[in-house]
Amino acid sequence: MGLFILRRTGVMIITAICLTFIVFFMTNLYPNLEKLAKTQGNFRMSDEAVTSWLDRKGYLQSLPVKYGQWLGVMPGWTYENDGDLTGRCFKGKLSVEQAADAPQFCGILQGHWGQSTALKNDVSTIISDRLARTGALMFWVLLLMIPSALIIGVLAGMKEGSKTDRGLSTLSIITTATPEYVSGVIFITLFASSAIGVRLFKGSATAAAKHMPEGYGYEWLPDWMIGFWFRVAEAPTFENFFLPVLTISLYGMGYIARMTRASMAEVMTAQYIRTARLKGVKFSDIVLKHALRNALIAPFTVIMLQIPWLLNGVVIVETLFNYKGFGWALVQAASNNDIELLLGVSVVSVVVVLVTQLISDIGYVYLNPRIRIS
Amino acid sequence: MEPLGMFEIIGRVLYQFTPVWLALIILFAASIAYKRKLGLYGKLFDSPIGMIGFGLVMFWVFTGVFGQIDLIVTHDSLSQVSGMRNKVPGTALRSPGEGQYAWYLFGGDHLARDVFSRVIDGAWVVVRIAPLATLFAFMVGITLGLPAGYFGGRLDTIISFTANLILAFPVILLFYLLVTPEIVATGVPNFMATVLFIFPIIFTAVLINSRYHTQPSFRTPLMIGVLGVMFWIYLSLISTGGYLVKNDDFSIPALPEIFDLFDVSGGILVVFVSVVFVNSPTVFRIVRGLAMDIKTRDYVAAAQTRGESAWYIMLWEILPNARGPLIVDFCLRIGYTTILLGTLGFFGLGLESESPDWGTTINSGRKLLASFPHPALVPALSLLSLVLGLNLLADGLREESLKD
Repeated sequence: MGLFILRRTGVMIITAICLTFIVFFMTNLYPNLEKLAKTQGNFRMSDEAVTSWLDRKGYLQSLPVKYGQWLGVMPGWTYENDGDLTGRCFKGKLSVEQAADAPQFCGILQGHWGQSTALKNDVSTIISDRLARTGALMFWVLLLMIPSALIIGVLAGMKEGSKTDRGLSTLSIITTATPEYVSGVIFITLFASSAIGVRLFKGSATAAAKHMPEGYGYEWLPDWMIGFWFRVAEAPTFENFFLPVLTISLYGMGYIARMTRASMAEVMTAQYIRTARLKGVKFSDIVLKHALRNALIAPFTVIMLQIPWLLNGVVIVETLFNYKGFGWALVQAASNNDIELLLGVSVVSVVVVLVTQLISDIGYVYLNPRIRIS
Repeated sequence: MEPLGMFEIIGRVLYQFTPVWLALIILFAASIAYKRKLGLYGKLFDSPIGMIGFGLVMFWVFTGVFGQIDLIVTHDSLSQVSGMRNKVPGTALRSPGEGQYAWYLFGGDHLARDVFSRVIDGAWVVVRIAPLATLFAFMVGITLGLPAGYFGGRLDTIISFTANLILAFPVILLFYLLVTPEIVATGVPNFMATVLFIFPIIFTAVLINSRYHTQPSFRTPLMIGVLGVMFWIYLSLISTGGYLVKNDDFSIPALPEIFDLFDVSGGILVVFVSVVFVNSPTVFRIVRGLAMDIKTRDYVAAAQTRGESAWYIMLWEILPNARGPLIVDFCLRIGYTTILLGTLGFFGLGLESESPDWGTTINSGRKLLASFPHPALVPALSLLSLVLGLNLLADGLREESLKD
């Protein structure tokens, strides 16, 4: 088992390196750099001005060198102008002597994520801030999605072919056919606009992303919980958060419910269930005590693998409901060719994808003693 | 003129779709009459769910096609009519010209264009791109997945790693990296098209060769004929105006313009390529799994003992036996491709901003959603019904193919 995790971690690191290199390559193509220079400088820059701007900011070095600097395995660039130095590893202008004291290597390995050009802040600050907001969204999404999906799946798979089964299965097919931008539009029309529906909820979740006020806290809350509590319970209200949460949950719900149904239906035909029925065990006891535990192995894997997919939903919903979280940052970074923010976002999302894969594999082995990894 | 009431709108919309209803009735009558002779397709008409799904899908296919030959649309989907901005469904035109349809059946959007006609034209964009892109993804997935599953070993490791790498990308990030005007200018999508579109040719070549390699006198002319045509289409597809890539820095010449059969505009090509690129790894994984499963069967062992070549076994023994799950997945995947196309439109990537496709229309309508929901709601419901139809169709097919 230890060896398995070790090998998977190795593959994970290689994947992350390949992936960030691809992002690096795409964002460093010359037309993209030109666009970056023009949005940062001004739109009527001449070609020479663009080149010199890029040169000053270290963008004209060769690709592997730049990538090495971002990783932190090569010394960061410096640019000399009239005895003053500007460079990757320090802010502003320094003299040569001062620059000698500054750190040589500053990349992701040293914990230096770089500067966002579009949002004018440290990438690490932006990402941790935005991840907290998206984390709150995901918390409520998972809390709504997983129990309802499991209940729907178990109810449908309990008696295959029954009326409940047909009804719930059709419902799950409908939810899998409704991408977030469709259900979001429908929900806003029905519940947040005065034209057709009723104004029960707000069509925007901007208010749920507000900053934590100074001196916020409760007597009974431990310090480390305060930020989490504020993001999850205090800032979002039912009025501004229910629609986005429902929109994301719905698309994933149908898929998990169908997998649970299939797994439940299979378990219900097993020999030991028949034995239990013949012994005269109550049907509710058969479902809850005998079948459920075995039927939930497969959905666990599906749920874990569904989490990276939720990221797509998060991007769409945060754009639609104007909630300034991680997905919103991704859209901003990508549309402004904000290289370092985009790389930071990719690192985080790749880690999420690979870690959930790892957890699902380990969990599968742990839950199902019939499988052993040699 | 008076604005229309709700029942009048419904009646007139149903009337506009007359050619579609006729086509659907003819198709269903003919299919049900001959369903015993039509194999899996005929069996579809035994399952109510499959029939509903098939009906929904064919409704949009016919709508797309007939809309393109001007049978259903009431107005031009790009022209703006003064005074119709954000008007509710059923509003009458202020001063309809001679022969002009007097109402906006589903209202006007924020640029005073007819929502109804735009939705019909949007159906054509989906019907044109989604099945073809899915087909290409299947060609790529099958051509790589069969040998990976059949041979295993290092080949499998390398291809699987690449597939997992692509799958680890968040789709939207990938779209943002691939589908921007700057990337189109560098020619990256054209290079990708050059690589991805060659897979159908490889697939066909291997398919024909493995079947007829014992009869060279029949095989060689067949190969030259089929591959010649395919190669010509391939070159026409990837070259625009005589060049593969043409920008200020460099250009790569391709097929001269005289021989170029058709031009695909840069926007459509890049959308097409990125959708194929996103779908292929998943298809690869499915095909690989199926191949690994089927290669242990007795008939494969029998073919191996007969001394058949590996490619013959893969394409003529394994692939036909994997067709059930693949057909079902094909239907589901067209639906997923439709969703991806909508996502691209929703983020304003690829297609022009005035394009009538559903994602772009939802995107332009969402800013005014709270006050004027109809411009976004109509394409949203259309997309929902098409994808739902495809899912139901896949469900019906799965049910019927399991009955064998």
